[in-house]
Amino acid sequence: MTETLTGAQITIRLLERQGIRTVAGIPGGAILPIYDALGQSSLIHHVLARHEQGAGFMAQGMARVSGKPAVCMASSGPGATNLLTAIADAKLDSIPLVAITGQVARAMIGTDAFQEVDTYGLSIPITKHNFLVNSAEELLTVIPRAFEIAASGRPGPVLIDIPKDVQTQAIEIAQWPEPASPKPAQTASAAQIAEAAAMINSATRPILYLGGGVVHSGAAASAVELAEKSTLPTVMTLMALGAMPVDHPLSLGMLGMHGARSTNLILDQCDLLIAVGARFDDRATGKVAAFCPCAKIIHIDIDPAELDKIKTAHIGITADVQEALAQLLPLVHDNERSAWRQQVDTLRASFPLNLPDINQPLSHFGLIRSIADNLDDEAIIATDVGQHQMWVAQSYPLRRPRQWLTSGGLGTMGFGVPAAIGAALAEPTRTVVCFTGDGSILMNIQELITAAEEAVNLKIVLMDNASLGLVHQQQTLFYGERLFASQFKATPDFIKIAQGFGLHAVDLDHAADPTAALREALSRPGPCLIHASIDVEQKVYPMVPPGAANHEMIGN
Amino acid sequence: MNATNRNEQKALARAVLEIDVNNHPGVMSHVVGLFSRRTYNVEGILCLPLENGQRSRIWLLVNEDERLPQMIKQGEKLEDVIAIRRHQGDHAVFQQLSGFFQS
Ligand SMILES: Cc1ncc(C[n+]2csc(CCOP(=O)(O)OP(=O)(O)O)c2C)c(N)n1
Repeated sequence: MTETLTGAQITIRLLERQGIRTVAGIPGGAILPIYDALGQSSLIHHVLARHEQGAGFMAQGMARVSGKPAVCMASSGPGATNLLTAIADAKLDSIPLVAITGQVARAMIGTDAFQEVDTYGLSIPITKHNFLVNSAEELLTVIPRAFEIAASGRPGPVLIDIPKDVQTQAIEIAQWPEPASPKPAQTASAAQIAEAAAMINSATRPILYLGGGVVHSGAAASAVELAEKSTLPTVMTLMALGAMPVDHPLSLGMLGMHGARSTNLILDQCDLLIAVGARFDDRATGKVAAFCPCAKIIHIDIDPAELDKIKTAHIGITADVQEALAQLLPLVHDNERSAWRQQVDTLRASFPLNLPDINQPLSHFGLIRSIADNLDDEAIIATDVGQHQMWVAQSYPLRRPRQWLTSGGLGTMGFGVPAAIGAALAEPTRTVVCFTGDGSILMNIQELITAAEEAVNLKIVLMDNASLGLVHQQQTLFYGERLFASQFKATPDFIKIAQGFGLHAVDLDHAADPTAALREALSRPGPCLIHASIDVEQKVYPMVPPGAANHEMIGN
Repeated sequence: MNATNRNEQKALARAVLEIDVNNHPGVMSHVVGLFSRRTYNVEGILCLPLENGQRSRIWLLVNEDERLPQMIKQGEKLEDVIAIRRHQGDHAVFQQLSGFFQS
């Protein structure tokens, strides 16, 4: 039986068939036909963001916790440009996203029509792929293809720009395309895997280096198994935190700029670095020439362009890391490595990560610890960008993949609140905590009303130092203490602001019993803002200064 | 240095890329964008559709640079790129065109 449907109806039907149940967006003239069709859908819940960047990050939050592509929508012109930051952020962190934008009618493209912008051109460098749709017919191939591209290989954002007249064009549909699923990746070469296993078996001081790809490919359990079997001390990038529980005996935590001194010193000693789903980002490696100077490198990544990009690998394996690890595991021998373990333990004892004042619930580390003490591993932890982000990365006991949502590659202030809302929408039974700063929260403060409207179970922990703390730190340390444009002269009353948006709000500064107030706030369902003042002089330490090698860390 | 030598030098320092792509309006932007964002100059561009018009072939004349292998890998990741072949800088395709570029 054939149906006659408009491009807008086809779009919504294809999203439904793809299994999409929540989309975030904001309507406007050029996407109104799609919104009209969306309003008729009984399957899809639309979350009305208050800024398109918020919608983009909400979709990211959904995608980060589920591992599946999530959808955001915006109108043409300013709607589309407002989405761009969230799309660029998804590109750098390899998050599967499908962004749908309205465009002016085809006949008006190129005329500088009202709210016309070259969305296709603007999105080329920040998407994995993008489409400008030419007919309603084309939607039947483009939309499933967009989902396939977003989720296949190294995940990433895909943008579909749909002119208004394509949305209103009616066509007959005789048959629907199958919903897309990720294309299987290239399998690892057995010869290379055998060679890698031999290298691991014969190494004396190996280190396992896990990146975000381990989380994306669902390989965390295999990575831990490999580490345990061969006794591999394991470091994680910011994106991989949670892949191995931080309190696992083999975990050395995060490497690089704000890792423990011991972690970076141990890396300097290793004779084999096994990089899995990691891309040798400069925040992880420090000065590249001095990174793991005595190590041979095995590099496994699904993206062949990552191999030899920064560091030449002795064995570079293009594969889905879960598949590669599954092949590798039976070939790797049990190995105690007692001498290496002892060397590692000695360095760990001599140069541990110091978490000062962790037992004082109102200090920066103490606050993070108290929150962790009130939650279990089911909780989702999101952050914004700044000092608070690094303190949480250093000290929160992350123990499972997809527990941790942070803007790693782009480092986008404003990520936290909307991404956390998205996470809470996708996983309504979990408690979601968003650690934010007084600078970052203002970048997407409008989404507090979305949190209230959706009644998400989100606890926003605002670590307020009345400053752009990380900038303040850099100016203090590297710009002769010339503080400029990093201290706020006027600061809002965040409690009133949160209340004004309809959130419950707690100020730990004025609580008679901060520990009890915190516990109460975390256990109360629904959205809540928890405010605590933080000493602006606190630094993220230890730290690799810009341009330095990882062993040249400064600070406590 | 005589003229032949200079040309030989130039040819050594150059590479020619032959890129098969899907023929649609955005493809050229995707391909050259990879170069422009890395401030990697493209010295020559030639593009024509292949037989049935579904596909095109882009020829690029670029400087040899240590980043070239990475550029090729990034190019191969583009959805609309079907294949990239690398040739010597003195490949006939640009040599035969030189008559059109005399001032
Ligand atoms: C959108 C954006 N603009 C600017 C920056 C540069 N930047 C990085 S951290 C930071 C300060 C963050 O301040 P806040 O959110 O209060 O966190 P804190 O460092 O004080 O914990 C700035 C301005 C950024 N990362 N993102």
